[in-house]
Amino acid sequence: MIVEIENLTKIYTSKLRVVAVDGIDLELKQGEIFGLLGPNGAGKTTTISIATTRTLPTSGKVRIAGVDVVEHPAQARRLIGVVPQYNTLDRSLTVYENLYFHCRYFAMSHSQAKARSLELLTQFMLTERKGVYPGQLSGGLAQRVQIARAIAHRPTVLFLDEPSAGLDPQSRMAMWSAVENLRKEGITVLLTTHYMEEADSLSDRLAIIDHGRVLALGSPEKLKTTFGAKTIFDLKLRTQDGLEALAATLKARPDVTNAEVTADGLRVIAASSDGLLPELVQAAAGHGLRDLTITEPSLETVFIQLTGRDLRE
Amino acid sequence: MNSSETEVGNLGLSATEGARPGHSSSLVLKSFLGLLFRDLRVLAREFIPFLMRVGMQPLLFLFVFTAVLPRMSGGNPMASAGTANFGVVLLPGLMAVAIMFTGIAAVALPLSTEFGITREIDDRVMCPLPLWAVALEKVMFSSLQGIIGALLVIPMAYYIPAVPVRADVHNWPLLALVMVLSSFLTGSLGLAIGSFVSPKQIGLVFSIILIPITFLGCVYYTWAGLDKIHWLQIAVLFNPIVYMSEGLRASVTPSVPHMPWWAIMSALVFFTVVLGRLGLRGFLGRVLS
Repeated sequence: MIVEIENLTKIYTSKLRVVAVDGIDLELKQGEIFGLLGPNGAGKTTTISIATTRTLPTSGKVRIAGVDVVEHPAQARRLIGVVPQYNTLDRSLTVYENLYFHCRYFAMSHSQAKARSLELLTQFMLTERKGVYPGQLSGGLAQRVQIARAIAHRPTVLFLDEPSAGLDPQSRMAMWSAVENLRKEGITVLLTTHYMEEADSLSDRLAIIDHGRVLALGSPEKLKTTFGAKTIFDLKLRTQDGLEALAATLKARPDVTNAEVTADGLRVIAASSDGLLPELVQAAAGHGLRDLTITEPSLETVFIQLTGRDLRE
Repeated sequence: MNSSETEVGNLGLSATEGARPGHSSSLVLKSFLGLLFRDLRVLAREFIPFLMRVGMQPLLFLFVFTAVLPRMSGGNPMASAGTANFGVVLLPGLMAVAIMFTGIAAVALPLSTEFGITREIDDRVMCPLPLWAVALEKVMFSSLQGIIGALLVIPMAYYIPAVPVRADVHNWPLLALVMVLSSFLTGSLGLAIGSFVSPKQIGLVFSIILIPITFLGCVYYTWAGLDKIHWLQIAVLFNPIVYMSEGLRASVTPSVPHMPWWAIMSALVFFTVVLGRLGLRGFLGRVLS
């Protein structure tokens, strides 16, 4: 296993006691793209910060290719590349120099660093922008430079923290294909995201995490079949009266898995939407139906079933 | 028996600690040089602004107090400060100020924004070096700039004043040691300020820390000259800039009364260690959570 995370916890005690990571165990195989899917505040970024030597764990271990990141941080940093959530490109250096000096920080000679930087500029289609300063780059381009920089020293594992946050859809697609291409180089990738499309299409395996714990682990397909991804109907209603009774009636139907009262209406989970929709609308009409959302089976519905809440909530 | 066990133990330890001992220490050196080259590249690109930044204050100070005021009529009360002798007092003092402001401008200001706003330090703290080495590089590079800044004052003091002020160095090792220690001291001060102060409040630091320690730092007068105001003479002993000014006085203009060299050296070492530890603690606190 190239990345081993063992019973990892992180408790912040400064002002409020916050349990950010609450006993996470994960193992990543060489060459896989692994996704950590969870809402904001689930503990994804803290987990990555610990694995990348920027945060000290309260307890537990992280080993990268056998190197303990707490005991040997400098050695571990040789093995990892990091693309943080924010644009951390060096504003005083051009795009080329950002890559070049990164290589020098990793002990390459002048000629090695130069060759590697030029190679990366070509690979990431940045050659035209080599003399530009980071302040002049769009979000998507800056992200591309950050990925190029993160893999410049040929790390074994690449950590991507919310790589598509703040990117327009087109840049997001470009970023996805850049990550897909890393697979060919045999780099193991750990990415965090709260976009289920991203987790679904990029990851070989993923872990759904919330409140600092792993709720489910497996390939996207496996998660969808294991947790029987269902269609979710969210009904927003004007009155709450008699909803309990309605929920009970709906639950009795064979095609409904679950029906529960929510803060502003009713949530119905069903195996399929065939035939159910018109009846739901009819039944809810008496309660002042004002909105209806249907979520088709996906990782998102898996997440809702596991946690009872939305990824974006 | 005991000693041989210890030896075996030591051997075992060193074998596991550095699987490739020679190889790994040369990698560390190369990484460190990489950081230094990066800073040199950025400085080279902004060399003219750098010279203006470090040169403007001593230039104007010398011009007004040693070239303009002495030529004004004797009735001007300010002109009493502007005697030929004042230039000699001022030369080491302005060198100390140049070193101090460089430490702030080269470490505290960039660090404060890099930690607070852009986080661009991230890529450098993620290089395969121990974090203290990254902080040391910052301080070393700032001390290089501080020394350049201080040396710039020497020709200025010769050409600008009405009566040229000559640096009169007899003890070169003392000068070198004072310059290196002083620039490390202010680099450490910069590290501490840059780590503890948010970018929003960095302007305040100038008013409440830098200006007081400059004006009360025996820059524009000698420490011995304070003997009539005894309480102040004692109070300024807590100000590290005093030892920088006095140390430069001892090495650049030894004819002017100054503190004994051993007192200067011990105080410079003491303040460098204290501020260095404080700065490093602040730096680690910002980088690691």
